[in-house]
Amino acid sequence: MNMSMQHTPVTAEVTRRTKETPSVFTLGLRLCDPELHRAYCFTPGQFNMLYLYGVGEIPISIVSDPDSNDELEHTIRVVGRVTRGFDALKVGDRIGLRGPFGRGWPLNEMRGKDVLLLTGGLGCAPLVSVINYIAERRAEFGRVAILQGVKHMDDLIWRERYAIWDALPDTQVLLAADVAGARWSWHVGLVTELIDQIAFDLTDTRVLLCGPEAMMLASVRKLCASGVAENHIWISMERNMQCALGQCGHCQFGAQFVCKNGPVFCYPQIREHLGVKGY
Amino acid sequence: MRGFIPRNQLQLLISALSAAGYRCIGPQLQDGAIQYLELTDASQFPQGVTEQQSPGSYRISQSDSPRQFAWATGPQALKPYLFAADESLWQVQCDPQGDLHFNAATHVYKPLAVIGVRACDLAALRLQDAHFLREDQTDKAYAARRQDLFLVAVNCTHPAATCFCTSTGDGPNATPETENGDLVLDELDDGFIVQSLSSRGEKIAAGLPLTESTTAQHSSAEQQFKAACVAQTRGLPARDLRPLLNARLQHTRWQDIAQRCLSCGNCTSVCPTCFCYSEQDMPALDGAMSTHVRAWDSCFTQAHSYIHGITIRADTALRYRQWLTHKLAAWHDQYGRSGCVGCGRCISWCPVGIDITEEVAALAAAAQ
Repeated sequence: MNMSMQHTPVTAEVTRRTKETPSVFTLGLRLCDPELHRAYCFTPGQFNMLYLYGVGEIPISIVSDPDSNDELEHTIRVVGRVTRGFDALKVGDRIGLRGPFGRGWPLNEMRGKDVLLLTGGLGCAPLVSVINYIAERRAEFGRVAILQGVKHMDDLIWRERYAIWDALPDTQVLLAADVAGARWSWHVGLVTELIDQIAFDLTDTRVLLCGPEAMMLASVRKLCASGVAENHIWISMERNMQCALGQCGHCQFGAQFVCKNGPVFCYPQIREHLGVKGY
Repeated sequence: MRGFIPRNQLQLLISALSAAGYRCIGPQLQDGAIQYLELTDASQFPQGVTEQQSPGSYRISQSDSPRQFAWATGPQALKPYLFAADESLWQVQCDPQGDLHFNAATHVYKPLAVIGVRACDLAALRLQDAHFLREDQTDKAYAARRQDLFLVAVNCTHPAATCFCTSTGDGPNATPETENGDLVLDELDDGFIVQSLSSRGEKIAAGLPLTESTTAQHSSAEQQFKAACVAQTRGLPARDLRPLLNARLQHTRWQDIAQRCLSCGNCTSVCPTCFCYSEQDMPALDGAMSTHVRAWDSCFTQAHSYIHGITIRADTALRYRQWLTHKLAAWHDQYGRSGCVGCGRCISWCPVGIDITEEVAALAAAAQ
C-alpha cells in the first residue's frame, strides 16, 4: 500500500452513481492520479475512508472486484450528513479517498473449501463483495451456500443478483424474511432457521458472517452445534471509525481495534465481547 | 554520572539545556494548580508550594519550605506536549473547477526539555509511545515532538492521598530501568543529587558544577523514597485485573457508579494515558479551503460510540465500564500492561469524587 495514502486523502472522481433502493446507492470512483489508481489493490472486506469536501470522512466497504482495474465501487446507505452529501454527487464530482484499510476476508483459507455466507439486514456490502468474488471464480471454491435474512421482504435489495448466484453450479441460495406477504416464496422467520436446510455437511465448511451482532451470535451458536469449528468462522464488525489507523480509539471492541485488526475477525478473537451490550 | 548541585545553582541546569537548543518546560503555580509551562528562570519553580488532594478535591497551600518539588502531580504534565489537545492533520483546497488538492500538515518543532517529570508520568509516556509509535503505524505529529524530548525527572517525595504508583509499580522514583529519562534528581533541603540516565543526560550533567554526593545525602534520598512508598494508602488489588473485571461485566456496581458519574470526561482529559481523539472538518468561510483537525475525545461522550444511527454506549454505566475495562484489562492485550500508572488524577479531578481504586475494590469484593 502507498503509505502516504493512509494519512492524507487523494482525489477521486465519481465515475458512476447507481440508485439501488430509495436510500441505498453505489458510487463508482477512480483515483485522479492514474499511477495511484493502477497501483491501488485491496482484498474484499477491506474499506476506504471516503471524504466529502468540507464535511468529513466515513468508512465504506469496497464492493468491486479486486482484480478489476476499473472503478472502485462503494455501496452506501443514506444515514447522516456525509452519506446524504454523497447521494447528491454527480459523475465528474471530486471527493477524497484514503485506504484501503483493515483486514479483509480470508480468501486463502476459503479456496478449495465449502463456503457458507450468512448475512442479515439491508444488503450487507462487505459480504456482497466476497460473494461476487466467489461467483467470478466459482471453480476455485467447493460447495457454496448463501443465506440472507431481512426483517421485511421489501428490505431485500439486489433480488436479481440472488437469482444469478442461485443459478451457479453447486450454489444454494436461501432467503428469509421476518415479515413477508404473498410475493415472498422463501422462508418466513429467522435466517438462522435456514442453516438446517443447507445441502452439505458443515463440519469442514468455512463460514463468513455479516449483519446485526445478535443474529451473528445466534448463528455462531447454531453453527458450532452443527459441527463447524470456531476458527472456521469469520465475522465482519462495524464500529465508529475516524482515523482508520488504530489510533483514535473509537472502534475498540475489547482489546481489538476494529479498523486495524478487523473489520473481519476470526470468531475466537472476539468471542469474549460479541453480543455483550456496550462493547 | 552522579553528583550534587546546591539549590542556588539550579539555574545552571536551565541555562545548560537552553544553550543545548531546548525550550524548557517546568512546573509552576498558575490558576491555583501546579502546571507545566515554559520557564527561563529557576525562581519560577513553585518554592514552598504543596497541595492536598482527595476525591474531587485539589487545594494548594504555601509554606516556608525551601523545596521546589514538594508536591504531587497536578492536572496535566507531559501528555499535552506530545499528543496535542487539538491540531491540524491535513488541509484541502477546492479550486473553482471543484478539483480538490490535499496537503498533509507539516511538523517542525523546537526540541523540548521538561524539568520535574514524575515517575508516573514517565510510565504514562511509555504507554503513549507504545500507542502512537507502533511499528506498523507511527503518528507523525507525536513522533516529531517526541524525537528530541529531553526529560529531567525529579523523584516524588510528596505523594498525594490520591496517589497509588507503588501499587501499579510506576513510582515514586524514576529508575534507570525505565529507559526514558535523561536525568533524575533527588531533591534535598539544600540541593539536588543529579544522576544521568542517558548519554544525552551525561553530556548536560558534565556541564554542571557537580560535587561528589555524600553518603548522608544518599541516605536522605533513600529515606524519602521509603517514606513516599509508605505514605500511599490507595492501591489496586493486582497488576492484571483481566480475570476480575471480565467476570463482572454484568455486575450491578456499574449501575451504582452510573448514579454518581456525570459522564463529563474529566477523568479521560487528565489521564496521562488516555489516547482517544475525534476528527472534524473546519471549512473556511469562503468555501475555498477546509482544514481537517483532531481533538482529544472521551469514551464518556454520546458521539464516541455512534455508528449509523445507533449509539453502542447510550448510558453512563456502559461508558464507565468501557473506560475502566479498557484501562485495566484490554490494555494488557493491546500493550502488554495495565493502562493505569497510579497518578490518581482521575480521582482528584472527578467533580463527584469517584475513586477508581474504591470502585475496583467494590467489584473485587462482590461475587461474580
